[in-house]
Formats: sequence, structure tokens, C-alpha cells
Amino acid sequence: MERIKIIGAGLAGLSAAVRLAEMGIHSTLISIQPSERAQSVMAEGGINAALNTMGEDDSPAQHAADTLSAGVDLADPAAVEDLACHAPEILSWLVNLGAPLSRREGRIIQRNFGGQKKKRTAFAHSSTGKVLMTALIDECRKYEASAVVHRLCHHEFLSLSIREDHCEGVWVRDDYTGETFFLPGPVIIASGGINGFFPGMTTGTTSNTGNAAAQLFSQGVAFGNLEFIQYHPTTVRIPEKRMLISEAARGEGGRLFIYRDGKPRYFMEEKYPELGNLMPRDVVSREMFTISRETGEQVWLDMRGLSKKAWKERLEDLREEILYYMAIDPAKDPVPVSPGIHYFMGGIWVDRFHHTNISNLYAAGECACQYHGANRLGGNSTLGAIYGGRVAAQSAAAELGGAFPNVPYEGCSPEKPVSAQHSFQLRDILRDGLGILRDEDGIRKAVEKTGAMPVSANMMEEKRKSFAMAMLLSALERRESRGAHTRADYPQKDDEHFRRTTVVRYTDGAIRLSYERIGTEVHP
Amino acid sequence: MIELMILRRENRDAKPCWQRFDYEPQTPDDTLASALTALNAREELRDAEGNPASPIRWECSCLQKKCGTCAMVIDGRPRLACGARLSEFKKTVRVEPLRKFPVIADLMVDRSVMFRNLKELQLWFTAEAKGKDKAMPVAYQSSRCLQCGCCLDVCPNFRPDGKFTGMASAVPMTRVLSQIPETQKKEMTRAYRLHVYEGCGKSLSCRNICPAGLDIDEILLNSNAIAVWKRFLQSAS
Repeated sequence: MERIKIIGAGLAGLSAAVRLAEMGIHSTLISIQPSERAQSVMAEGGINAALNTMGEDDSPAQHAADTLSAGVDLADPAAVEDLACHAPEILSWLVNLGAPLSRREGRIIQRNFGGQKKKRTAFAHSSTGKVLMTALIDECRKYEASAVVHRLCHHEFLSLSIREDHCEGVWVRDDYTGETFFLPGPVIIASGGINGFFPGMTTGTTSNTGNAAAQLFSQGVAFGNLEFIQYHPTTVRIPEKRMLISEAARGEGGRLFIYRDGKPRYFMEEKYPELGNLMPRDVVSREMFTISRETGEQVWLDMRGLSKKAWKERLEDLREEILYYMAIDPAKDPVPVSPGIHYFMGGIWVDRFHHTNISNLYAAGECACQYHGANRLGGNSTLGAIYGGRVAAQSAAAELGGAFPNVPYEGCSPEKPVSAQHSFQLRDILRDGLGILRDEDGIRKAVEKTGAMPVSANMMEEKRKSFAMAMLLSALERRESRGAHTRADYPQKDDEHFRRTTVVRYTDGAIRLSYERIGTEVHP
Repeated sequence: MIELMILRRENRDAKPCWQRFDYEPQTPDDTLASALTALNAREELRDAEGNPASPIRWECSCLQKKCGTCAMVIDGRPRLACGARLSEFKKTVRVEPLRKFPVIADLMVDRSVMFRNLKELQLWFTAEAKGKDKAMPVAYQSSRCLQCGCCLDVCPNFRPDGKFTGMASAVPMTRVLSQIPETQKKEMTRAYRLHVYEGCGKSLSCRNICPAGLDIDEILLNSNAIAVWKRFLQSAS
């Protein structure tokens, strides 16, 4: 029986490999870098689960309700319910694997996070992703030692071989030797978000080039909700990228303000008395964008009111980071912040069992469109990646069987690296078309500019153009405002026409857009 | 303007040679990672003498000191390129690959020996971790190791083929030791004594090298307490 091939070794990929190993199923874990370098290690704020350790009468049903509400009714309720119900069990599993989540008297401490009415976010200072990754890496190593998991580090995904909507396996290249080869078997994609389409504008890693998404799209893999891009409210510019200031800063009491007549005006608290600075991220980013545009003023994050204990016990690493990169001590002075791209809610279209539109191909983690609808809650990405990886593994295991050809239907011709000039040109077009506030005119101009880019001899550059076009067309056709997709020309939510998933697919040489009922399932 | 002297090597068998590049920092905060990115983004890369040069092979990922990818030797000291501000240096900065690992090309090295060591030391839990509250500060700190290899680069006792596996394994081992289940204690403490305690020459050369700012003394102190003196020492941090 063929090993299941997993592309990407962050939280979702590791979770899938470990789950398969627990079932006795062999996998090959393929990644360009070791897991320690994956974007998951950068996740800061925490992981959500209704453990109800803070005496607030929390429950998985409330976790699911908050997730669906923050996603503005675009996430699949059945999938979200599964996620929220399994979250407590996932946390106790992580604790058993030695993840040092903050605790008191043997119980996990949880903190407030945006868009959630209960303290539901477990954490380890503001390095939660790192400690979860360390725990999962160690657990995966156990199975590597017994050869149940076979790791291929420094290997890059190139393409799939797909015959009649059936995945036969994957082409990879050894980055050290340049050797290209084919690995037959079912494939789980866990390649992360598409930061590489926005170089310098995101909080993520440079390793996520977006080439995997562009390649999969070119091969007929369907993508969902590509118009939904999360701008995190509190980011700052550092060399070559944006740096996140974790939502935990506001969860622990940080406040957003602008100066009016020399005095701070706490605009979020004025407008939203109940959740204030902890409204969902789409709302906070939109308010910051609007108030800055109207007043011409910089937005500041005021963390001066945080207790010494909060800094020492829960946010020490965040303080050090701000001190190093901005030369500001956030305990003493406010920090100038602005929204930056942080997460892609859209991605490879999957059903609640993480099937894609191609049989024997599954996807999980940020590369997939699942759980978060039109806007993701803080603390749900780490959870969604771990849970999604697990579900994808279970589906792949249940459907394992049949022969996979050693000679694939589709060959592979690796391209030269994409030029920086091409990446920057495409980024500028997408930045103008897919900002926090969008309109028909702006998106159309971006579509025209993408179409007018000269034809490149490098096929990957052409595939990236095509994927960028798919993102723009998805945004153009959603003529409403919902979650992270805000249209100046259609400011209202329109459930009648748009409470559905935008699905975009490249077939017969053209990009085709369609809509899918929320909760559609694939029956392999 | 800053001069970057980069130790170039086309592949693992090629002879290394220094090549000089001029770079004008774009902001006062520019790091060595900014410079390497900008040089490679040029439509045509030329060295300071005007000779055409191939793109500089190096690796990076998070660009904010959280992933350890871009570790290299900068003016003789192992560091992360994304944490090395150009304003720290005078006219010239010398950049070379980490010195304890096989070079793949230019500044790229193969650090797989670190991961092999962790596997051979069987660093994982075989039963549920004993996650007591008092163990959390040490478990947290030791979960933060980047596996960048900087501590191994300066260590006089670490050799890729040696029995002593260095701080890059001692730190992850501390994570397991701090929450060690009874059934695993004997084997793990034996491995710690054999591969860490008995091999460390106490040169302290790795002190203040860790890009994640891990307090090596305290981590060793805790693991020594558990594995050698047989008692749990609560972290002061």
C-alpha cells in the first residue's frame, strides 16, 4: 500500500502525519524546510477550546456560535460544530504531549480574545504556536524513528499528476541536489497561506511563496472564497515584512486610540461598548482604516495599563519583540499600529471531511477553505490546522486503496524561480484591488492590469497571474459586504444572493466562477 | 554604503572564495537579511568590482527571529541574518556559512545532523507528560529552541560525528525531563548524562549566543538537577 504524501510540515501537516501513524498508516512528510521553520511557529496568541476553566459557563456550542458569527454565516455549521466539540480533547492531547500551556493549580488558564464572549483562548505567553509545534514535532519524531513517518525535508512541491479528476501522486524536487522525482499515492496538501502573493505586506513567512496554490489551481483544483483576506488590526512595519502585535495585547487590556485635540480618543470603546477593542478582527481593521482616513491621524495601541504581572507572566516575549524592532517599551509608551495581511480564509475548496474536488487529494490548514467563513477568530487558526490535519488524515485513511501507477499520467517540467520584479508587480496590482475597502472600479482596474501584464516565458509566472486573476474575480463577483470583504459600492450584507461559497476553478483554459451551497459534501 | 564580504561556494564540492558586494541600506533598521534579499532581487546581480554574480544562496523564513532558518556566521559570530542590523557594523561585514555543518551552497548548510541526534536520543514522550504547574516555566523556555545551530557553531566540544550532542539537543531534552513520566525517567536521564553532561566541557562558549535568548545556564541547571542530582529545581524565571 502506498504511503500517503503530505505536503507541508506545519501544524496541519504534522497533525495529519501523527494521526495517520496512530492508525498504523505510513506517510511521507514533504517540506522545503524542517518543521521548526514553518509559519506555524509564529502563531502567537493562543488556541481556542471551551474548557470552561475560568468559571464563565463556557461550552463548545458557544465556541461554535462565536466562530460562525465572526465568520458572518459563511462557514459550514456542521464542520464548525465538529471543530468546537473536538477542541477540548485536542487541548488535553497537546498537554499530554508536554505542551506547556499556561496553567494554575493544574488547570489551563484561558484569556479573552477578539469576537469571543468567554475566556476561551489557552496560551503560552505569546509564543503559543511555537510550543504547540515543539510538542507535535517531538510526537512525530517518535513515528519517524520507527519509519512510520518518512520525512523529506528540503524537498519542494512541484505539481500533481491528475488523471480524470483523480490524483495519482506528487512531483517533488530535492532543493539540495536539484533532482526531480515522482511519488505515487494519495496527497494531503498542508502548504499554508499564500503570503507570497503579497511580499512585504504580510505577517507570515517568506517560505510560503504561493507557488503551490498557483500550481494546484492551474491543474484544476477548485478554490473557495479567495476574496476573504484577513487584515489583522495591529501590525507594524519592519524590514521586508509586517510584524504582528498579538491580539493578546488587547486581550490583556490593550486599547486602541487616536489623538483628537491632543487627547486620546478610544474610538473602539466608544462605538462598541460591549466588546470594545476585542471586536472581531474585520470590524477593528475596518474601523481603524476608516478613522485614519477621515482624520488623517495615526492609530496607537496603548498597553500602558497592563499590570507588571501580565507583562512578566504572559507577554514578556511580545514586549521584547516590540523593544527590539521598534525601540519602544510598550509598558511605557503607546505603539503606532496599522492593519496588515495576516491570514487567508479562502483556499483550496474542501468539504467538512477535507475532501477536495479531486479524488485522493485532501487539504487542511491555512491552504484550505474551512472553518473560518468570511473572517477568522483569533485562536482558531492553530486549532483549525490541528483538527483539520487530523480529519484529512482520517478521510485519506478511510479511502486508501487501489493501485497507483509508478509512471504518472502527467509529467513535470520545473520552472526557473519567479523573478522578484514579477512578484512585486503582481503584488501592487492585488494590493490596489484587494485592500480593506474595495469597489467595482478598483477591482476592475486590477483585473485589467493583470490581463495586460506581458506574457512570461516562465510558466509559473503565468500560473501566478492566473491565480491572482481568480482572487480578483472572486472579489468582483461578490457584490455585498461581509466579514473581511468590504465593498464601498455594496455596503450591505446580501444573504439572499451571497450567503454561499465562491468557487473558482481553471478548466478548459479558462477561469470559471460558480457558487456552492454552504456545507456541500463530496462523496468519493 | 556597506560592504558585504560573502564566502561563496557554488556547491558542496567547490572551493570557497570571498566576493564583495556593495549595499546601500534603505532604512536605518535594515538587517543583513534585508541586504541579501535586495541583492538577489536585482535584475542583474554584480559584485563590487562590476563582475556578474549568481544569486546568493541562503535561506530565510519568518524574518523576525522566530524560526532559526537564516543562521550564519556574521563577523565571526553565529547569528540570525534577520536579527543583525547593518547599523551595528562599520564599513565591512563578513558573512560565511555556519562552520560545523556541510555546506550545500554559499550560506546554505545541511543541519540534518541535529535532527538525527534528536531521533537517536529518542526525544519524545512514551507516556503522558507530567505537566505540573511548577515545571511550566522550564518546559516553556525549553520548548523555544529554534534548532538554528548557533550554539553548536561556537561549541569546542561538539562534533557532528561525536557522542556529545550539544545544547541543540540538551534544550529539547530539558523539555522532556521537566515533565518526565516515571516509566521514561531511567532511560532519559542516562541519555542526558551520556550525551550532554559528560561531554560538556563547561567552556560556556554558548552563553549569550542563542538568538532566542534562552538562558543556557538555567536550562542546564534544571536538567542537571533532574538527571544528575535527582531533584527538581524550580526555575527562577
